[in-house]
Amino acid sequence: MKEIILIKNGELALKGLNRSSFESVMAKNIKRRLSDLGKIDIKCQQSTMVLEPADSGYDIAEAIKRLSKIFGIAGFQRAAAVEKDMEVILKTAPEYLKEQMEKVKTFKVESKRSDKKFPLKSPEISRDVGEALLNSFPHLTVDVHNPDITVTVEIRDKLAFIRGDQIKGAGGMPVGTGGKAAILISGGIDSPVAAWMMAKRGVVLDAVHFASPPFTSPQSEQKVHDLLSTVAKYSGGIALYTVPFTHIQQEIRAKCPEELFTLIMRRFMMRISNEIAVKTDCSALVTGESIGQVASQTMWALACTDEVAKMPVFRPLIAMDKEEIISISRKIETFEISIRPYEDCCTVFTPKHPRTRPKPETVREAEKALDIEELVKEAVEGARLDIIT
Amino acid sequence: MEIYFDNSATTKPCQAAVEAAVRMMTQEYANPSSLHRGGFEAQQILEGSRGVIASPLGCEPKCIYFTPSGTVANNTAIFSAVRAKRHSGSKIVTTAMEHPSVSRCMDFLEASGFEVVRLKPDRNGNVSLEEFSRAIDPTTVLVSVMAVNNEVGSVLPFDGVKDVIKRNGSQAFLHVDAVQAYMKTELAPEKQGIDLLSISAHKVHAIKGAGALYVARDVRIKPYILGGGQENGLVSGTQAMPAIAAFSAAADELSKMTDRIEKVKKINSYFKETIKGFDFVSLNSPDNACPFIVNISVKNIPSQVSVNFFSEKGVYVSAGSACSKGHRSEVLTSMGLDSKRIDSAVRISFGVYNTEEEIDYFAECLEELGKLL
Repeated sequence: MKEIILIKNGELALKGLNRSSFESVMAKNIKRRLSDLGKIDIKCQQSTMVLEPADSGYDIAEAIKRLSKIFGIAGFQRAAAVEKDMEVILKTAPEYLKEQMEKVKTFKVESKRSDKKFPLKSPEISRDVGEALLNSFPHLTVDVHNPDITVTVEIRDKLAFIRGDQIKGAGGMPVGTGGKAAILISGGIDSPVAAWMMAKRGVVLDAVHFASPPFTSPQSEQKVHDLLSTVAKYSGGIALYTVPFTHIQQEIRAKCPEELFTLIMRRFMMRISNEIAVKTDCSALVTGESIGQVASQTMWALACTDEVAKMPVFRPLIAMDKEEIISISRKIETFEISIRPYEDCCTVFTPKHPRTRPKPETVREAEKALDIEELVKEAVEGARLDIIT
Repeated sequence: MEIYFDNSATTKPCQAAVEAAVRMMTQEYANPSSLHRGGFEAQQILEGSRGVIASPLGCEPKCIYFTPSGTVANNTAIFSAVRAKRHSGSKIVTTAMEHPSVSRCMDFLEASGFEVVRLKPDRNGNVSLEEFSRAIDPTTVLVSVMAVNNEVGSVLPFDGVKDVIKRNGSQAFLHVDAVQAYMKTELAPEKQGIDLLSISAHKVHAIKGAGALYVARDVRIKPYILGGGQENGLVSGTQAMPAIAAFSAAADELSKMTDRIEKVKKINSYFKETIKGFDFVSLNSPDNACPFIVNISVKNIPSQVSVNFFSEKGVYVSAGSACSKGHRSEVLTSMGLDSKRIDSAVRISFGVYNTEEEIDYFAECLEELGKLL
């Protein structure tokens, strides 16, 4: 018996004429993510993709684990692919579904017959397979309205597929169909979640991280690497630009009012990220900010930082509570990394009483003490590129 | 350039230790419990090592029980002692500044029904014998005290505690955590009335993976790690021979260096003299501290920033207070330092191989660090 994986494309099925281009991006993503597991054939049939391993030793369990992190997949199933022979089908179904059937009490069988030449009609197939399952698992009863599990038998052109319940996929859109954006990433809980959410909508990510040695340690840079490599399991590879930020912070501290420190710093981060984003063909910036979480994330402060960005700034977490953000970060396994105790960008300089309702003109005035252009240039030129996979 | 001023965390293994370990892995790799010739040879080395390690303590080799680490030595001492004494009382006296391998055991015992008294250090980072005397009574079954504090280097009056125990009518065992003290300060467990004493190999230029527990001759304690009955049944598990042989080689090497404490005292004074020139640096260690450890604060610079800064310069030091967020060092707090000074504490810990030139370079870096803010 051969085992295959059937993939359901979720939202993609709703697309119109450009559906095939979405599908080909997803097929490419799947191929890339499974490439080291061995040869596998991918075919698109209506709203389903069929993955057929070339040899029987293929690690289906590992493939399923990886597929569950690929965006654009609504759900998938493992299925037994057998000869189109009723005798074989009736023998294989109870064996193949054993593990799943033992866990449930009620079931139903659905059959689909795209090959109309097959001698039995769909209801007849369902009836016979149902009977075979009842005989093998006497604890089961049939419930056609509310079954614990639905067994599907599909009679296709060449083979018949037997499968149990669908496993939920990561949802969203295939990465690569939603454009490219640069995420400002710290070592905290929020920004990796924001990155994941954007990737979920098909966005390819670059990342910008600000490091301030010696105020920040090599461990905190490693933490950002680890966070991004966790996100990359969903988003695919991420180009990380690590920007030297100490000099800028020292300049702000020396020349600007203390209560504006964080705001001016955020504006520098925006300017620098913007420059990098333009160079790498990104069309937007992404941050993990949410309204009112800290002083620099009030609506007034956000308006003040956005003023210096020359492209849209997306904030997928803007209206989320911390608890909601944490629950996603646990789900995508970044939480444990985020709570490692290394400081990020500088708790040293945090003002005692930061401005929460800054006026843009006050900030602009304060910034006049700095050579903005030169500082931005120095930072962008000093950025180090790492590819995180 | 690499300057290692973090010798209380661990030390660089000396050449003799490395060679001894390699020899145990390439030639004398047999299990010392085996009956064949290889096993016998390994056993000879094991027993020889016991003697070398006993020598600086002035005790018999058979009083030394090898453990996999200082932590296991502390755990064994504490749990084995209370198991042996649990019928004579349920009070334990210790200090509030012990290493986690002691303090966590105490938390566990407290949760299991023991009364644990944790004596707070005074302004000198020390606990006086009077304090011990106030706490120890006839129901006390164990007194556990560190010899040298790992954060500020204060030397506790562990050598006087046994008298207090006796005077107060208690039969308690006295356990001394001497992990920071072995071969760095005067230890003579027999004379000092110590029943149990823990040491660790990698703090004295040996490798990680071995520690030892001294158990006084007349002390009977019950093991809490059970198995093949190694180490006279007290610490089961095949002995880590490479680490034990390295421990022995390093202890031997240090023993030959008879002026080692004087040498570090000189380094220590040179260091203290040097930092006097920096008005933003304050000394946190008490005057009578063990010369191997100096705790300082760098004004307005958080500990971690100093560690990062020095690290970039190739100088390895520790954050002074082993504090995590929201929990400040018990010692530094009890010493009456303000929170800013505690949060900017840095621990410099010397080894016998450090030099005055290294301190000169440290001073150059310190000057630069001062300009950072």
